[in-house]
Amino acid sequence: MKFIIFILLWIASGLANAQELAPSRISDTLEQRVKPCTICHGDEDRAGRDAYYPRIAGKPAGYLFNQLRNFRDGRRYYQAMAILLENLSDEYLLEIAHYFSSLKYPYPEPAAIALSPEETQAVETLIHSGDPDRDIPACSACHGQALTGTKPFIPSLLGLPHAYLAAQFGGWRNGGVMRGQTPDCMSEIAKKMTQEEVNALAMWLPTQPVTGEPAEAEKLAPELAQRCHTILSGEGFTQ
Amino acid sequence: MKSSNKFKFVGKRQIAVFAASALLPLSSIAASQPPADPDTEQAQRGAYLARAGNCMGCHTTRGGKPYAGGRVLKTPFGEFVSPNITPDNETGIGRWGEEDFWQALHYGKGRDGSYLYPVFPYTEYTKVTRQDADAIFAYLRSLSPIAQSNPPHKISAPYDNQFLLFLWRTWYFKEGVYEPDGSQSDEWNRGNYLVQGLGHCNACHTPRNVWGASQDDKLAGGEIMGTYWYAPSLISPREAGMGEWSVDEIAKLLSTGVTDHAVTSGPMATIVRQSLQYLSKEDMRAMAVYLQSLGEKRGEEAPKKTSPMPERVSKYLALGKPVYEKHCQECHGKSGEGVPGIYPPLAGNRNVTMTSSHNTIRSVLYGGFPPVTAGNPRPYGMPPFQHIIRDNEIAWVVSYIRNTWGNLGSLVSPEEVDASRGNEF
Ligand code: HEC
Ligand code: HEC
Ligand code: HEC
Ligand code: HEC
Ligand code: HEC
Repeated sequence: MKFIIFILLWIASGLANAQELAPSRISDTLEQRVKPCTICHGDEDRAGRDAYYPRIAGKPAGYLFNQLRNFRDGRRYYQAMAILLENLSDEYLLEIAHYFSSLKYPYPEPAAIALSPEETQAVETLIHSGDPDRDIPACSACHGQALTGTKPFIPSLLGLPHAYLAAQFGGWRNGGVMRGQTPDCMSEIAKKMTQEEVNALAMWLPTQPVTGEPAEAEKLAPELAQRCHTILSGEGFTQ
Repeated sequence: MKSSNKFKFVGKRQIAVFAASALLPLSSIAASQPPADPDTEQAQRGAYLARAGNCMGCHTTRGGKPYAGGRVLKTPFGEFVSPNITPDNETGIGRWGEEDFWQALHYGKGRDGSYLYPVFPYTEYTKVTRQDADAIFAYLRSLSPIAQSNPPHKISAPYDNQFLLFLWRTWYFKEGVYEPDGSQSDEWNRGNYLVQGLGHCNACHTPRNVWGASQDDKLAGGEIMGTYWYAPSLISPREAGMGEWSVDEIAKLLSTGVTDHAVTSGPMATIVRQSLQYLSKEDMRAMAVYLQSLGEKRGEEAPKKTSPMPERVSKYLALGKPVYEKHCQECHGKSGEGVPGIYPPLAGNRNVTMTSSHNTIRSVLYGGFPPVTAGNPRPYGMPPFQHIIRDNEIAWVVSYIRNTWGNLGSLVSPEEVDASRGNEF
C-alpha cells in the first residue's frame, strides 16, 4: 500500500525532451548484431559445464541453420529463442548460422569420468559399433570418427553439457514439442535406445576431450545419408 | 518405371475422388469451383490486398502451409483456431462462390449461415469494397488446394452460443463499406480505407470492453486480448500519436520497422514483417498521411511544475542505475540516447514513458529483434533478461529508465514484472 502511495505521489506530468543523437559507436558487424545470442551462447562458459545452454560456436553451418528454422517455426521448442527469432528471415538465419559456425571458442575441460568400466565399455561399443540387432548404427558412422560432426548438417557430440544431452534424448524419445516433432533419423535412433544407455551416454560424452575437425560430407555412407534425407536436404542452405 | 508408378498414384486418387463425389449431394458438386488462374490481373491485385489485410498471418501456423489455417488464437473467451482458406473442397473454401466469400468478409457469416466470431476481424473488413473482396477471393482460389483439417475452437461457455453472438453483433457490429469523406484528399481517404479496413489496426489499437468489443472506432490504444502487450493510442501524443511526425518518418517506421527514434516490437514487428512492408509506396504514404491527421498535437502545454522527488523515490530509482550501467548502457547509451536506426533511444521514448509499462517490461524480459524487412534486412537485437537478472532488478531498472534523462513515468514493482509474463509462445 505504501508503495502505491509513493508511486502516486510521483505521478508527474509533462514529457521528456528528445535528446541529441550521438554519432554511432557501434560496429557494423554480425558479432554486434547477435549480442542477444551470446548472452547465453557466449564463450565465457557462464554457469560452468553443467549449464543447460549448448555451445553453438564451430558447429556445422547447415545444422545450425536447420535448428534456427526449427525454433522459429515451432518444430523445436524453447521460448526465449522462439521470441527472438520470430521476425527473422531465412536469409538472415543462414548468415547467423555461418557466423557461429566460423567461430572457435575454447572448449570446456573434459569432465571427470563417473562411470564403471563396464558402463564405459557398453557406451563405447554403442558409439563405435552400434547395435545391428536393434538397427542402431554406430554413432560415429554419422557423427564422424572423432564425434566432431559431419559437414554440413550433422553436429558434434562433444563439448555439450550433461543436462542438455539428457534433455535432447528426452525430447526425441517422448515426442512432444521439445524436439523432433517430425520424425527423422536421429529421433528414430533415440527411440530405440534404453534409458540406461541414454543416461550413460549423457555422462560419458562430456568426459571426452574435443580434438579434430568435423568430417567431410563424403565420409557419410549413402545408406545413412538416405536415412537422414529429411535433414540433409536442408532446403535453402548454401555454403 | 517411375512414370508408371506416378500413373497408378494418380489413378487411385481419381477413383477415390470419384467415389467420394458420388456420395455427396448434388448441390455441393455444383457449387465446387474450378481452379482460378493466378496470373490474371484480378488475382494479382488480390494477392497484394491479402498482404495488406495480413490474411496469411492468422490463417497459417508457425512453419505451416500458407493459408491452410490451424493457428491458435488465445483470447479471454477461449481458443480460436483459424480455418483453412485454400481452395480445397473438403477442408478449405473450394466450394465457396464469390457471394459466400462476401458474406464472410462483409457480414461475418459462414457459408452455412452461422455467425462467425469477431476474432476474424470482419468488424473491420466490412469496410472493404466488393471489388477488392472479389479480387482477394480470386487470389485465394488461385492457390494450390491444401487438404488440412484443423481442430475445432475451444470456446468457453457461455460464449459458444450463437444467440449471444447474434446479440453481440446487434450491439457492436456496424456493417458497411467505407464511405469516402468528400472534404478530404483522395490520399487521405485511401489511407483511412486501408487503416480502418484491410489494415484492421482497430483490432489491436482500440480499448475493449468485457465483451471483447472495441469501445468505439477510435484508435485510442488498448491491451491486446489474451496477451500482455499494450497497443498504444495512435491519437495521443503521449503514446504513439503521430501528429507531430513527418509523413516520411511514419512511412519509414511502418515499412522498415525502425527509424532513428523508434522501433516496432512484438506483435507490431510481426505486422510490419508480414504485411505493412509489402504496401506500395503510394499506399504507405496514404496511410501515413491519414495517421498523421489522426494524431493530436501536444500544442502549447504549459510546462508543468514537477514536484521535488520524494526521498524514497530517489532511493528506489538509485537502485536501477547500476543495473542500467552494467546491462543496458553499452547499447542504449550513457544518457539513454541510443544509436540511430540501430538501438532505440530510451530518453524521450514514449513507449518507455507511457502509462502502461507492459511493453517496456516485456522488452526487458524477452528482448527481441526488430523485423527483417527490405529496408532493414539485418537488424540488431536486444537480449532477453529474464534469466540474467531477477524480477526486482528488472523493476528497478524499468523504474529508472522511466524517470531519468527527463523521462517521467510511474514506478514499477516486481509484482508487475511477474504479471507481465506472456504466454503466446
Ligand atoms: C536465454 C538464453 C538463450 C538465448 C538468448 C539464445 N539461446 Fe539458443 N539456446 C538456448 C537453449 C537453452 C538451447 C537448447 C534448447 C533445447 O532444449 O532444445 C538453445 C539452442 C540453440 C541452438 C541449437 C543448438 C544445438 O546444438 O542443437 C542454436 C543453433 C541456438 N540456440 C542459436 C541461438 C541464436 C542464433 C540465438 C540468438 C538469436 C540464441 N540461440 C539465443 C538458450 C538461448
Ligand atoms: C543415421 C545417422 C545418425 C546416427 C547413426 C546417429 N546420429 Fe545423432 N544426429 C544425426 C543427425 C542428422 C542429427 C541432427 C538432428 C537435427 O538436425 O535435428 C543428430 C543429432 C544428434 C544430437 C544433437 C546434438 C546437439 O548439438 O543438439 C545428439 C546428442 C546425437 N545426435 C547423439 C547421437 C548418439 C549418441 C548416437 C549413437 C547412439 C547418434 N547420435 C547416432 C544423425 C545420426
Ligand atoms: C486476427 C486473425 C485473422 C485475420 C487477420 C484474418 N482472419 Fe480469417 N478468420 C480468422 C478466424 C479465427 C476465423 C474463424 C471464425 C469462426 O469460426 O467464427 C476466420 C474465418 C475466416 C473465413 C471463414 C472460413 C470458414 O471456413 O468459415 C474466411 C473466408 C476468412 N477468415 C478469410 C480471411 C481473409 C480473406 C482475411 C484477410 C483479408 C482474413 N481472413 C484475415 C482469423 C483471422
Ligand atoms: C496484432 C495487433 C496489432 C495490429 C493489428 C496493429 N498493431 Fe500497431 N502496435 C501493436 C503493439 C502491441 C504495439 C506496441 C509495440 C511497439 O511499440 O512496437 C504497436 C505499436 C504501433 C505503433 C507505435 C510504434 C512505435 O514504437 O512508436 C504504431 C505507429 C502502430 N502500432 C501502427 C499500427 C497501424 C497503422 C496498424 C494497422 C495497419 C497497426 N499498428 C496494427 C499491435 C498491433
Ligand atoms: C545488445 C544491445 C542491447 C542491450 C544490452 C539492451 N538493449 Fe534494449 N533494445 C535493443 C534493441 C535492438 C531494441 C529493439 C528491440 C525490438 O525491436 O524488439 C531494444 C529495445 C528496448 C526497449 C523498447 C524500446 C521501444 O521503443 O519499444 C526497452 C524499454 C529497452 N530496450 C530497455 C533496455 C534495458 C532496460 C536494458 C538493460 C536491462 C537493455 N534494453 C539492454 C538493444 C539492447
